Amino acid sequence: MTNSWTDIKNTDLVVIMGGNAAEAHPCGFKWVTEAKHHRGAKLIVVDPRFNRSASVSDYYAPIRPGSDIAFLMGVIRWCIENDKVQWDYVRNYTNVGYLVREDFGWQDGMFTGYDEEKRSYDQTSWEYELGEDGYVINDETLEHPRCVWQLLKKHVDVYTPEFVENLCGTPKDRFLKICEMIGETSSPTKTMTSMYALGWTQHSKGSQNIRGMAMLQLLLGNIGVPGGGMNALRGHSNIQGLTDVGLMSNLIPGYLAMPRETEPDFATYMSTRGNKPLRPNQMSYWQNYGKFMVSFMKALWGDKATAENGWGYDWLPKLDIAQYDAMRMFNMMKNGEVNIYFCQGFNPILSFPNRGKMTEAFSKLKLLVVMDPLATETAAFWENHGIYNDVDSASIQTEVLELPTTCFAEDEGATVNSGRWLQWHWAGATPPGEAKTDVWIMSQIYHRIKALYEAEGGKAPEPIMNLSWDYADPEEPTAAELAMELNGRALTTLYDATDPTKVVLEAGKQVSGFGQLRDDGSTMGACWIYAGCFTEDGNMMARRDNSDPSGMGVFQQWSFAWPANRRVLYNRASCDPDGKPWDPSRVLIEWNGEKWVGPDIPDIAVTAKPREVGPFIMNPEGTSRFFSRKLMRDGPFPTHMEPFESPVANPLNPEMRGNPVARVFPDDLATMATSDEFPLVATSYRLTEHFHYWTKHNYVNAVNQPEFFVEISEELAAEKGIKKGGRVRVWSKRGQVWAKAVVTKRIRPLICDGKTVHVVGIPIHWGFKGAARKGFGPNTLGPFVGDANIETPEFKAFLVNIEPASEGLA
Amino acid sequence: MNIDLSRRSFIRLSGAGVAATSLAAMGFQQAEAAEAAHVRDFKLATMTETRNICTYCSVACGIIMYSKGDLAAGEKADLIHIEGDADHPTNKGTLCPKGAALKDYVKAETRLTHPRLRKPGSDRFEQITWDEAFDKIARAVKDDRDANLIEKNADGLTVNRLTTTGYLAASATTNETAWATWKVVRSLGIVGFDNQARV
Ligand code: SF4
Repeated sequence: MTNSWTDIKNTDLVVIMGGNAAEAHPCGFKWVTEAKHHRGAKLIVVDPRFNRSASVSDYYAPIRPGSDIAFLMGVIRWCIENDKVQWDYVRNYTNVGYLVREDFGWQDGMFTGYDEEKRSYDQTSWEYELGEDGYVINDETLEHPRCVWQLLKKHVDVYTPEFVENLCGTPKDRFLKICEMIGETSSPTKTMTSMYALGWTQHSKGSQNIRGMAMLQLLLGNIGVPGGGMNALRGHSNIQGLTDVGLMSNLIPGYLAMPRETEPDFATYMSTRGNKPLRPNQMSYWQNYGKFMVSFMKALWGDKATAENGWGYDWLPKLDIAQYDAMRMFNMMKNGEVNIYFCQGFNPILSFPNRGKMTEAFSKLKLLVVMDPLATETAAFWENHGIYNDVDSASIQTEVLELPTTCFAEDEGATVNSGRWLQWHWAGATPPGEAKTDVWIMSQIYHRIKALYEAEGGKAPEPIMNLSWDYADPEEPTAAELAMELNGRALTTLYDATDPTKVVLEAGKQVSGFGQLRDDGSTMGACWIYAGCFTEDGNMMARRDNSDPSGMGVFQQWSFAWPANRRVLYNRASCDPDGKPWDPSRVLIEWNGEKWVGPDIPDIAVTAKPREVGPFIMNPEGTSRFFSRKLMRDGPFPTHMEPFESPVANPLNPEMRGNPVARVFPDDLATMATSDEFPLVATSYRLTEHFHYWTKHNYVNAVNQPEFFVEISEELAAEKGIKKGGRVRVWSKRGQVWAKAVVTKRIRPLICDGKTVHVVGIPIHWGFKGAARKGFGPNTLGPFVGDANIETPEFKAFLVNIEPASEGLA
Repeated sequence: MNIDLSRRSFIRLSGAGVAATSLAAMGFQQAEAAEAAHVRDFKLATMTETRNICTYCSVACGIIMYSKGDLAAGEKADLIHIEGDADHPTNKGTLCPKGAALKDYVKAETRLTHPRLRKPGSDRFEQITWDEAFDKIARAVKDDRDANLIEKNADGLTVNRLTTTGYLAASATTNETAWATWKVVRSLGIVGFDNQARV
């Protein structure tokens, strides 16, 4: 989230699209109700189902799964045509005036540089035109045919209301009404917030769905303002934290990058990360990359990291490809290329697509280690459960270790909410049996492996031997010790850069913010964006003062928000170019003639004069981007792409299948269907009574929603002869499930490209373990393909078929 | 523990005494008030309260856990009840149907209690000790790493990459667990490393 849950009360319009907050984030959705009640805010819901959020909305429109980009580009087109643009914002805070290279172009739904063989673009032309001074050329008149504004206008031109209706199945009058409601928030004193979740991410072009809305929000001047923003609701309690701390193939904590093997040494690694400003005076905050990276290396290797050895650069693994994401690993596993796999609190047998392929992959492992509080399907993937897990145990040679871990109630530490608040929690229960904390388990694993290297020698022992493990009890570091490392501290006494007699921080003291981190080895800090969370004043994440003097939902004294305890990102943009809040009744920060002041922490240097420094300080331009340059693999503008399995052809290019740059493994293409065989569009979703595959272990939740079902329209039920509550079989080209049929008015057939398109809703919460009845999930059916940029599987739009089934087992 | 004097702790500190007097104030006759005073104390008044955060979605509602026994004081603590934290700015004491049943998760019958091993081809788990489990893991990982770690690529550059062992981390663990995990996993050279953000 750019903003926070409590900030939603400041909004005038909520758009829930690509999510279902009332169902999946109920206590956060309360802030929508609050805004409706106290500010008269309106709620728009756009979703294939008339879902729980829709039931309390002011306006609802249906949409075909997988067509969101067309809808959003259509809204942008309408806003431009009807001059619903926050011009002061757009002109000053975005890249609309910048010129793009002459060789950039767009045709047949594709950008210049496509290489079909490699399934990727040569992105050379997706770049600004730079002047002789090294800065990007800006045309303030916005008339140059190659300025971003003109290119944007051209790009969205095809997305007329008729095009949207035909493609998305959204009736034109409903689409236009929504355009009008959204367009009103282009006023400097009206804001809209976007609340989205997996409904946007789980597509082969998920990242572009989100960019589409981010661009609309820029056009309306709704980024960085109270009650505005792009708000990813996020799933797990610490999915934000795990990503912040870089537990992904290609990440180092704080969104630094794992080195590639094309970067043989530290100097080369740093050479492309200078982040020189692209416009005069800009902060381009990533210029500090080296300080964050060196401090991280000092946290990782301690004294062993020196300037001479590139801070231990050789000991970091180097990637030869963009990332070894989970789906790539499962594909390698299926090919017999993985021997050992750890699943820590993760149940991939139910959460990744093409369950048959997943089971086959896991059956090829030599050793599977599962660490979990609960008995998961993954740990028991070799158990036969009839139709629910139809395997031959004797033929599966994988050894499986199942290790009992503590859960939240028995463990201490911080989790990060969607609004980036790091909230500390305390343990209050004794773990059951021999269950142990994950930190203890990881410490044991580390020490035992290290002992083997000490005793036997072996390949490349240095990274293991040199890992810093400086804890009072090396067998079990405390949460506080680890949190203090994440924050960072001075290793030698730090002196002021301009006045060497002035001590900034004494050796051994915790840094108070990332501004104190240095690139000369004098500081350590594992995750620069967390600097300030555990300072000499104590554990900031444990703060529980819920006062909010401004009444803006800021809560500065409650826990700690990264970065720098800032609650609304880009909040400089909540003021006009002169530093006056766009809306005097909703102030986060303002310029008082000398500095930035206000209830929130300014997202700009406190003394940076208005009109000199742009509000998007992380970007070398200082502005935000309609044209995203080379940052996304599938285009600098979002363009409509069909799902890999789609009921209609892409009108921009009927030959194009799915996302032309999404990675597809050779075997998987053969398992993807066309609509002749599989005419129905399936989409997965969540229920308020359940959390993923956990709460089916709980009696109360199992009683509330005991049984797997699929949801279909009355029309489809009539067509197929399916009775309310009757048993059905649903199958895709990859697998089959049996379910109870819930026949509702919440799903209606859509008309797309002259065809009737039926949608089948499939909730995710059942398996073969726990207190609820045994069942299935959409992952038995879904295709093994992910988003082109981040590899999130396409669970929200794929093809199936359905028929009535007899009662009893198959 | 970090519970400041709040509405919740006020109720707890004042305990059953308030209950009796307020019953009288509410119009009960003396006899009934005396009777009411015999009613056993508010059950939760003798519990240890611990502040925590709902472990499910990222709304991250504040919760208060009530346990018999004080874990912080080194006692065994048995979780009795969980409710919403009325002082929390986001949820203000409310919980959704998942959060309201959190205790069932902590106490689920399918909680794991002992390390277990499933041997190749077997149809069951058998209980083992932690020591046996760790010896097996350390041996297997060391052997795999020694056999398959790519120390240098074709161009002779140091890459220290291990692709034959992979690791999926948990998005419900803490940042602190995440950091300890990062260190161990990357020191081994593992690149197939992900968390639930991927799905
Ligand atoms: S109580 Fe419900 S809304 Fe609150 S964090 Fe838990 S799951 Fe999310």
